[in-house]
Amino acid sequence: MRTLMIAAALMTGVLATTGAMAQTPAQTLRIGLQEDVGSLDPARSAQVVDRIVFASLCNALVDIGPDLKFVPMLATSWTTSADGKTLTFKLRQGVKFQDGEPFNAAAVKANLDRYRTLPASNRKSELASVDHVDVVDPYTVAIVLKAPDAALLATLSDRAGMMLAPNTLADPAGVATHPVCSGPYKFVQRVQNDRIVLEKFDGYWDAAHYPIQRVIFQPIPDSTVRLANLRSGSLDMLERLAPSDVNTVKQDPNLRFVSVSGLGFYDVTFNVGNGPRGNTPLKDKRVREAFELAIDRDAINHVIGAGIFTPANQALPRSSPYYDAALPFTHRDVAKAKALLKAAGHEHLDIELTFGNSTVSSQVAQMLQAMLAEAGINLKLRPTDYAAALNAAHNGDFEALFTGWSGRVDPDGNLHQFNTCAGNLNYGHYCNAKVDRLLNDARTKPDVAARKPLYDAAVKLLADEDPIVYLYAQPWPFALSKKVQGFTPYPDGLIRLRGVSVKG
Amino acid sequence: MATPATPVAPRPAAPPADPEAPPRRRRRRLARFMRNRAAVAGAIIVLIVIVAAILAPWLSPYDPVQASFMTVRQAPSAAHWFGTDELGRDVLTRLLWGARASLLAGVVSVGIAVAIGVPLGLAAGYFGGLVDGIVSRIADALLSIPFLILAIALAAFLGPSLTNAMAAIGISAMPRFVRLTRGQAISVKAEEYVEGARAIGLGHYRIIVRYVLPNVLPPIIVQASLTVAMAIIAEASLSFLGLGQLPPAPSWGSMLNTAKDFVSQAPWMSIFPGVAIFVAVLGFNLLGDGLRDALDPRES
Amino acid sequence: MLQVIANRLLVAVPTLILVSMLIFGLQKLLPGDPVLAMAGEDQDAQVIATLRAKYHLDEPVPVQYALWVRDVAHGDLGTSLRTDVPVTTLIAQKLPVTLQLAVMAMLFALGIGIPAGIVSAAYRGTALDYGANVFALSGMSIPNFWLGIMLIFLVSVRWHLLPSSGYVSPIDDFWLSIKTMLMPAFVLGAALGAQLMRHTRSAMLSVLSADYIRTARAKGLLRGRVIVRHAFRNALIPIVTVLALLFGELLAGAVLTEQVFTIPGFGKLVVDAVFNRDYAVVQGVVLVTALSFIVVNLAADVLYILLNPRLRRS
Repeated sequence: MRTLMIAAALMTGVLATTGAMAQTPAQTLRIGLQEDVGSLDPARSAQVVDRIVFASLCNALVDIGPDLKFVPMLATSWTTSADGKTLTFKLRQGVKFQDGEPFNAAAVKANLDRYRTLPASNRKSELASVDHVDVVDPYTVAIVLKAPDAALLATLSDRAGMMLAPNTLADPAGVATHPVCSGPYKFVQRVQNDRIVLEKFDGYWDAAHYPIQRVIFQPIPDSTVRLANLRSGSLDMLERLAPSDVNTVKQDPNLRFVSVSGLGFYDVTFNVGNGPRGNTPLKDKRVREAFELAIDRDAINHVIGAGIFTPANQALPRSSPYYDAALPFTHRDVAKAKALLKAAGHEHLDIELTFGNSTVSSQVAQMLQAMLAEAGINLKLRPTDYAAALNAAHNGDFEALFTGWSGRVDPDGNLHQFNTCAGNLNYGHYCNAKVDRLLNDARTKPDVAARKPLYDAAVKLLADEDPIVYLYAQPWPFALSKKVQGFTPYPDGLIRLRGVSVKG
Repeated sequence: MATPATPVAPRPAAPPADPEAPPRRRRRRLARFMRNRAAVAGAIIVLIVIVAAILAPWLSPYDPVQASFMTVRQAPSAAHWFGTDELGRDVLTRLLWGARASLLAGVVSVGIAVAIGVPLGLAAGYFGGLVDGIVSRIADALLSIPFLILAIALAAFLGPSLTNAMAAIGISAMPRFVRLTRGQAISVKAEEYVEGARAIGLGHYRIIVRYVLPNVLPPIIVQASLTVAMAIIAEASLSFLGLGQLPPAPSWGSMLNTAKDFVSQAPWMSIFPGVAIFVAVLGFNLLGDGLRDALDPRES
Repeated sequence: MLQVIANRLLVAVPTLILVSMLIFGLQKLLPGDPVLAMAGEDQDAQVIATLRAKYHLDEPVPVQYALWVRDVAHGDLGTSLRTDVPVTTLIAQKLPVTLQLAVMAMLFALGIGIPAGIVSAAYRGTALDYGANVFALSGMSIPNFWLGIMLIFLVSVRWHLLPSSGYVSPIDDFWLSIKTMLMPAFVLGAALGAQLMRHTRSAMLSVLSADYIRTARAKGLLRGRVIVRHAFRNALIPIVTVLALLFGELLAGAVLTEQVFTIPGFGKLVVDAVFNRDYAVVQGVVLVTALSFIVVNLAADVLYILLNPRLRRS
């Protein structure tokens, strides 16, 4: 009898401790992020990684499907007026914000006005075409534009279309530290550089399709450590797996590798007119072409990219309906490159490549250096840290710049700012009036059929002039524990948790 | 009055030596040093590192910078004794060339620290008063910021490169030499023969060079050797953080920075540079210890 | 003794001022506009202009410094340029983390260093002493970030014994918190323990050779007793002063350790802030670090006087 009692006591003790150790309740998803999130206020957010958190925290007016077509979210339908200057949205009814406030057209107006007028708002230029917002009735809102803007719908699927609870808008500091949105998960806690915790919002209009109860985002910048955490079970999934770890994950029976080619790209931008350093042989089109001819994109993909660095020859992603499939790829041709350089009068050339230091960018730079050397171009490497690279880019303190762009749904987002004469992100100051006309025009046309020919023409011109050599499309490689079910990657790299569950 | 211990062991300063010492003392010191096996081992290690660094171009079987995409991340083998790295380069070759960067970083940084710190310390200790006040305050201020954080801030300001890292480390290590020299200078200044020298009219500069400096030298040499060890680790740390020698130039620290992303697939990329740093630093530490024991027997 | 404290405090003030000017000046010399880094991918010109105005970045440097000093006097250390979170909040979140790491590392260091130093001094000249010395030197020579990487590889990835990164608050789960901190604390504490061992050894040695020890032995006291009661007590004095110095090394070592093990503490905060040109955070954190270092040194000095009966009388 005594033995039985002791055994029972021991059992209870053991069970109690194991119970205490199983801290993570079922249906908690722990996600490893590549970097720490910046501001949690959609108006101030400026990083790609912020959008991953927003995907669960907030709803925008519309969303995209895996095919990049727009689907209803907070808006159930939308129409554009004949002159293209008014965009009318019919809003979903019965939606509540995470603090209980009702969602309606007034809330939409309040948010859009805030994005357009808040002094430090990063969304102002995105909404530059908006003249004013009208509340037609409680569930209909009309956005009146100064000029037709085909890219606006895409903008409203991103941060500029995310709706915060109106009562919280008055306190900007509060929004950043405790955002209240209308998404499937509400904000619980944030410890900078450590974690962001979200909890299921039971009042969400589509709550039934979200099995996960708790989401914990953990920024772990070191990709090796991030993967180590996944393998040891401290994480359930991670984003932006390092290419060098792809094979390890593929071979691990407990993990699953899921990847999709993204909306963005990595490229080498030439300084052709930004300040005194723009006066290099790179001003000659033939030199730029030779540069591109010396590059073997497949080798980069194979050696550094583990097969996920899909070669790119244009700014637009393959998943986009605007992608120009007819544009030929420039394959490596060292002899032709040498001939071009000779014709341009620069048989041997020194070019400096500036880049923000990271493992992958460093490898790509070194590989480029080796490839270009064979064509007679001596590529000098100038690694810097990210902030200094940005500075150099703005001030034209570079000859060639290796950089990237996370990509936007609308083709305008990948082209306009980079290639128009006054473009914000046109670091090389490339200027071609024809390209400007084409890209500005394409912004105002109403549909794919009307816009595609314009983009095709622009892309062809750019491929011919080569102010930017596109290397590969930005991939979104995810590694998941086998326990995670139902996850689909989207080309925008966001983690959408609808239908995602964790097997216990 | 409490004095925080200098990095050299906390004990009273050695009696200042009369500069007219017979060479016998030097021989005695050398004999003491040679008897200390650990010290000799340290000296040998340091010698090996120096030789490796100087003879790297001739000792290396391969090119340290030339990428070879066919032989990426190969395990150690007969062809590549320490394996290859993520761009197919021979690890052994890069280790040998990396010795140059690390050694240079160690020696030059300490050189800077000594060149700035010792004169400042001498001035502060010998002249006292306002000079001492200013110099000590600056040294205290620099010392109150953790060494690595100061080095990081300086290296970030100057931009990532080996030269800038050396400058950053040198400036960060300088206060230790200021403190050390100042302490020694103060105790020498109190000696009778210095007073005598002043009495017969010798100028300040003469006195400092003839009497103070020779007595300050031994602990400085010891501290310098130990600081070289610290500087090598500091350079590796800065490179590890992305603030020192950046790729493709070989440096043990930057090799570790890249290697940490390949730890599971190519552990040899992490193991050998780390061992190299360890061995070099150990060598300098042993040497410094041996020098201290030989130059100042009070420790035993 | 109060005189001593007052003196030290008086000296600390100009030091603090110098430190703040040094850090402030250094940051301004950093190349790279912090606003560009804050403006993120989109680099909107309007936003850049607004932010520059908001943070007074167009004013002359001395003016900016004066504004900052005024804010600090009111307890406002500014807000992070990157996340809009107040710096004081960040420090309050991060300090306990690094403190936990530091305390655990110190425990390792004390637990390894002091007994090893005592034993080494007691058995001076034997193989034990020799071995311990080599061990200590090795501990000082290993780059701690490399040790961290190797340990992560073996202990976490290969053997799955301990978590490889992150932080768990002891309030949430005490034992998991300790488990997570074990490797980083060991890595950090090992190097310090090595140094501590050598200082303990030399302090013990100089004490053991003193006359009163010989007297104690002559009186017939047991060797062990002599060592612990008489020698060690007096050896404590230089050991305590060294601890204060080691505190600074602890903070510096924490920077690398936190980077390798992804611990969201002070060190990582500073490194990230420097790379992001997050001025406000760097200034605030370094100021707090300098202040704590000065306080610790002051405490060590006071302790030194308390422990040393000879000084207490003067």
